[in-house]
Amino acid sequence: MAFVHPSRRQATRSHFVPALRFSLAAGALAAAACIPSTTTAQTNNAGSASATAPSPDPRVGLRSGMMDAAEAYWNLKVLSKTPPSEKFVGITNSDLAFTGKYAIQGSYNGYQIWDISNPGNPRLETAYFCPASQSDVSVYKNLLFVSGEGLSGRIDCGGEGVKDTVSSERLRGLRIFDISDIKHPVNVGNVQTCRGSHTHTVLADPKDPDNVYVYISGSAGVRSPSELPGCSHETPDKDPNSALFRIEVIKVPVAHPEQAAIVSSPRIFNDLVAPPRHGEAPADIEAAARAAAAARARGGFTANVMGSEMVLPPAFTTPMLDSIVQARGGTGAPTAADSAALRAGLPGIIAKMMGGPAGSGNGPRPGPTQCHDITVYPAIGLAGGACEGYGLLLDISDPAHPVRIGAVADSNFSYWHSATFNNDGTKVLFTDEWGGGGQPKCRATDKPEWGADAIFTLENRKMVFQSYYKLPAAQTAEENCVAHNGSMIPIPGRDVMVQAWYQGGISVFDWTDVKNPHEIAYFDRGPVDSTHMVMGGSWSVYWYNGVLVSSEIARGLDIFQLTPSAFLSQNELDAARSVHLDYLNAQGQPHYVWPASFSLARAYVDQLERSNGLPSARIAAVRNSLDSAEEASGAQRRAALDAVATQIEGEASSSSDAAKVQKLAGAVRELASASR
Amino acid sequence: MTATNYLRYSTALLMAAALAACGGGNHQSAVVSSPAPAGAAFEQGEAAAIARARADSARRPYTEADVAFMTGMIGHHAQAIEMSRMAPTHGASATVQTLAERIINAQEDEIATMQRWLRDRLQPVPDGKPHGMKMMHDGMEHEMLMPGMLTDAQMKQLDESRGKEFDRLFLTYMIQHHRGALTMVNELFSSYGAGQDELVFKFASDVNVDQTTEIARMERMLFALAMEKYSP
Repeated sequence: MAFVHPSRRQATRSHFVPALRFSLAAGALAAAACIPSTTTAQTNNAGSASATAPSPDPRVGLRSGMMDAAEAYWNLKVLSKTPPSEKFVGITNSDLAFTGKYAIQGSYNGYQIWDISNPGNPRLETAYFCPASQSDVSVYKNLLFVSGEGLSGRIDCGGEGVKDTVSSERLRGLRIFDISDIKHPVNVGNVQTCRGSHTHTVLADPKDPDNVYVYISGSAGVRSPSELPGCSHETPDKDPNSALFRIEVIKVPVAHPEQAAIVSSPRIFNDLVAPPRHGEAPADIEAAARAAAAARARGGFTANVMGSEMVLPPAFTTPMLDSIVQARGGTGAPTAADSAALRAGLPGIIAKMMGGPAGSGNGPRPGPTQCHDITVYPAIGLAGGACEGYGLLLDISDPAHPVRIGAVADSNFSYWHSATFNNDGTKVLFTDEWGGGGQPKCRATDKPEWGADAIFTLENRKMVFQSYYKLPAAQTAEENCVAHNGSMIPIPGRDVMVQAWYQGGISVFDWTDVKNPHEIAYFDRGPVDSTHMVMGGSWSVYWYNGVLVSSEIARGLDIFQLTPSAFLSQNELDAARSVHLDYLNAQGQPHYVWPASFSLARAYVDQLERSNGLPSARIAAVRNSLDSAEEASGAQRRAALDAVATQIEGEASSSSDAAKVQKLAGAVRELASASR
Repeated sequence: MTATNYLRYSTALLMAAALAACGGGNHQSAVVSSPAPAGAAFEQGEAAAIARARADSARRPYTEADVAFMTGMIGHHAQAIEMSRMAPTHGASATVQTLAERIINAQEDEIATMQRWLRDRLQPVPDGKPHGMKMMHDGMEHEMLMPGMLTDAQMKQLDESRGKEFDRLFLTYMIQHHRGALTMVNELFSSYGAGQDELVFKFASDVNVDQTTEIARMERMLFALAMEKYSP
């Protein structure tokens, strides 16, 4: 159904009201707080004025403080900052999940559930003490899932840790709670896993409503088989049940969560063929992949070396072929059978060259043994797996059996951490959590392509590298900072994302143009401590029903709202706000669908003004038509909107931004159908 | 809405007002503020005090194994840095130089982390020099190399090599070195009571995944180097 919005003029006007009312009280503060800047008039909604960030960047040099650090923000406002409840103060806050009016905030001491129906004043509903790292949280209907990875997690939720290396008291894996009564969660089941659960991903299969699937990612050490039978840290060639080189899939019967169990352990890394050259720069990868394919096509030899397909030079393989011919007492050119024999023998030869058979006790077999995080996007049937040195693309059409369909590596990436798709499913962004999140990787001396995001387009289900995005404000050596968790903001027709950068704060950026991702809003605090590094900052920040909710490791829960700017009009923000989610796990990416609304149509008009996709006279005319249609009702409104849609459809072909014009026409047409 | 909550809410409004006042939403202006501790049911200042107290006193107990790991890994990392610093002057390829640069950046930061952890627990803090662990044995002090560390002879051999030979040795020895670090992590986690401290657990787990990932990368580089001599 259509959502009724205040008109854009009202919205703009209301923006000034508090300023007037509080001008005396706020005057001194505002005067002290405002960064000197050239004054320009409030722009119209499309914001055609120049769109440049404040300079010098006010995030540099902010005063430190645990709860009273100086702050800088741009194009957003702070709705609330809420410290943790007593038992959670001084303990790391981790990831977030949302259901209804609640935000569930993980902590190394358990989790807190906040009622955020008034985002200016979150109310604590439950503080559930149950220590575990990292307490990554997800929800599905009445179920709450919590990850446990560390060695000190206890089945009984006690805080005393587990000292024995083998213990029946230890919990490493997935805890399941029934939160039907939000104030009294009940631990209805646990699933123990060999490597614990660093993170997890909930996948709801539309074809299977009775069950929900949870993918477990864990990068910590493998447990002793004496603690959890069947766990093996041997490599798969020695023990087919190895806990390495696989993920675990837990099937949870929704009506009987206590029966949750591991149903498969897909080896999505097997025979990984990806970055076939040492450079591993994206261009090299592409060129080498072509070279390998070409070599294979002409009957040449390639070898899978440490997870990469490499072309073997003829000077390397010809003598081997000759010796095969000799060995069978033959002469002349090698036959197809000789080539086949060499192909069969090559893996052994390569392994020997590399110092013994793969995984022969000479240290671990190279290649990823685990994923850090997997983001499933059921709407397109794909998942992005961030798995040690690789970014993987997985086909998840069969939820219990994900299949790898693509892989990328990058010499600038240290450790692939997480993935986010754009709403259309035509792009994917991977993060590199260089230094594991505990190190200051945003100093002026740290390279902009290290510890950053890498953006890929998806072309025929293949990932093609486009660019990097990194927080553009240098941070101090006392601030742990690197790319971390975020989510898409439902700005229609654009790819806008909000992302946590630990003590680098939060950064909102636009990656519609994949070659030119750029920041459009931010929030940052000074370091927790200016004398030495203390862990802090935003672990994750997600858009949820109109607000940005951030889990601050040391400071608690922060909630923000974007404000209109040259980059985002009020109409675009209103259109985003019209998207409603019943629940959100960022690792189970929702597909945003915009209900028909005047805001949606006006948002596209604003974007066409920005891109010069329609002449300015037409922009003004369409705006007027929409305004008068909104004032009309029933059949009259419908007829007016249909007429506007028809006219716009006719203009698409002559526009430089035809796709956007079509979107506008579609939005107006839909609005017409919704008018009765 | 309680009185304190109302107070807090109006503070939020005030901040919003301050924002709006900065050029009336002008996109070019950012706001820098120095918030006074906000009034709340649970005072921000109180939260800060509890956080500090907890950081000082309520740490989970750590063991000798934790201390040995954090101490021994400093010298271990220092050697990786010393090896990596040779790259620019020893004719390393661009790829190896990039790798070396990353190792220096990563492991310098990690040394700082380990030193801070030890200092906070009033343990002796080794300087970031590449030596083994000092051990007392029969009343004599011995220096024991941590797993994977290069011997003096291996360091000398590396230092004397140049160009492709340097690349080959660097990769070979750094793989050996990284594998030693993985051995140290495994030893830590199989010690009674170790790894209960969240920072040690996180740090050791990070070392484990980072270096596993880097070993794979170096193995591929080494193979590519081996193939080069067959290429025209």
